[in-house]
Parts: sequence; C-alpha cells; structure tokens
Amino acid sequence: MESKDSVTIVVFSGELDKALAAFNIANTAASMGMKVSMFFTFWGLSVIQKGKSGRGKKDTLQYMMGKMNRSGASKLKLSKMNMMGMGGKSMKSLMKKYRMPSLEEMITLAREQGVEFVACTTSIALMGLEKGDFIDEVDRFAGASTYLGLASESNVNLFI
Amino acid sequence: MEADRTLDCIGLYCPMPIVKTSQQIGELADGEVLEVISDDEGIKSDMPAWCDKTGHKFLGLEETGDEIKVYVRK
Repeated sequence: MESKDSVTIVVFSGELDKALAAFNIANTAASMGMKVSMFFTFWGLSVIQKGKSGRGKKDTLQYMMGKMNRSGASKLKLSKMNMMGMGGKSMKSLMKKYRMPSLEEMITLAREQGVEFVACTTSIALMGLEKGDFIDEVDRFAGASTYLGLASESNVNLFI
Repeated sequence: MEADRTLDCIGLYCPMPIVKTSQQIGELADGEVLEVISDDEGIKSDMPAWCDKTGHKFLGLEETGDEIKVYVRK
C-alpha cells in the first residue's frame, strides 16, 4: 500500500444534490484507501439530522427556522428545479432507475468504509439543536480548530 | 485475460464499481486477478487511478461494444 492520504470535506449545504456530491467523493476516497473526515456545518447539519427536531430549548426564531428547514437525509431539497418537491422526487426515481445508491445508502456505505462524521457545535447552538437531534453515526461534536487540524494534515480539502 | 474472480458492475455508475472493487479485492489473495465488468465509460480512467492510489496493479482492459472488462492484480 502507498502512504495513507487524507481528505476533509466541509458539508455546508443542506441540499440533496450537494450532499450526494459530497458523499460520492467521500465514498470513493475511502475506497481508494484514503482517510476521510466530513465536517457538517450550517445547513449541512440537515444531512445528518434524524428528522425534524423538537421544540427543545429553542427560542422563537430558532423554532421557526427549524420548522421551515428540511432536515434528515430523506427530506432534503434539490438546489435547482426542486419545484415544491417534485424535482427531488423525480431525481430520486431517476437515481433508482439507474441503480444509483440513495443518499441514505451513501451515508451507510460511508460509515461502513470508516468515514468520520464531525458536527459543528457552533452551528448546532445557533440553530438551537441538540446532540440527540443527530443520527448516532456522528463521531464527534467539534469546532473549527478540529477541522483545521484535520485539514492541515490532509491533501484534499473540499467545501461543498 | 484469465481472472480468479469476476465482479459484475453492469448498470452501476460511479462510485459503485470502485467501491465494490475495493470491497471485493479484500477477499482475494495477493497475486490473484480480479475482473470487473462495467458499462460505465468512466471506469477506463477511474480504475487505473484507483490502482495507482491503492498499490494494486492495473493489468489492462478489454472493450466489446458497451461492455468494458478491466483487470486488476492484487
């Protein structure tokens, strides 16, 4: 084996198409023997949320934002041509037709391949979320120093 | 080309042929040859790149119509 290269991916966006791109690269990199860390921040947190979060300790603004935002891998919108969800549905049915894995399957595959999931604590606080709102696969809750520490030791760093 | 194991990836697109190759190669002994059959044009560039990164040997490919057979030695 060659030396073990590393990849970091900042998942900033919470849209289905962008999440698919992030997980496509993550899974491929892991298959190439590279160490992969995905850092979920801002809207990207939606990708690793279990679904809609409850009221929790949210203030009114956070609660409304949570109500309006789509959360959970199965609920994400397309960044273009979403058409009230019809675009997303069509995209999913096309992906099925062409035997492409769904986002949920890509997430499971990434975990099986040892991809690390890090969730940004600042964004979590900003949106009034709690650790319990996230899927169990999240390895750690951390901040920018953790990301930069990983990124400075990696040869591929992406922001999606 | 003779192979010890065949992986059918017909109808699958990136990244699945590479992900499946990575999973399958683990079950082979050193020196054995894996044949991957794909109809995704991308594999012609992706498989040599994967081999380059993982240290496995890309032995070449055979193309018949839409079908591409690639060979990798572990």
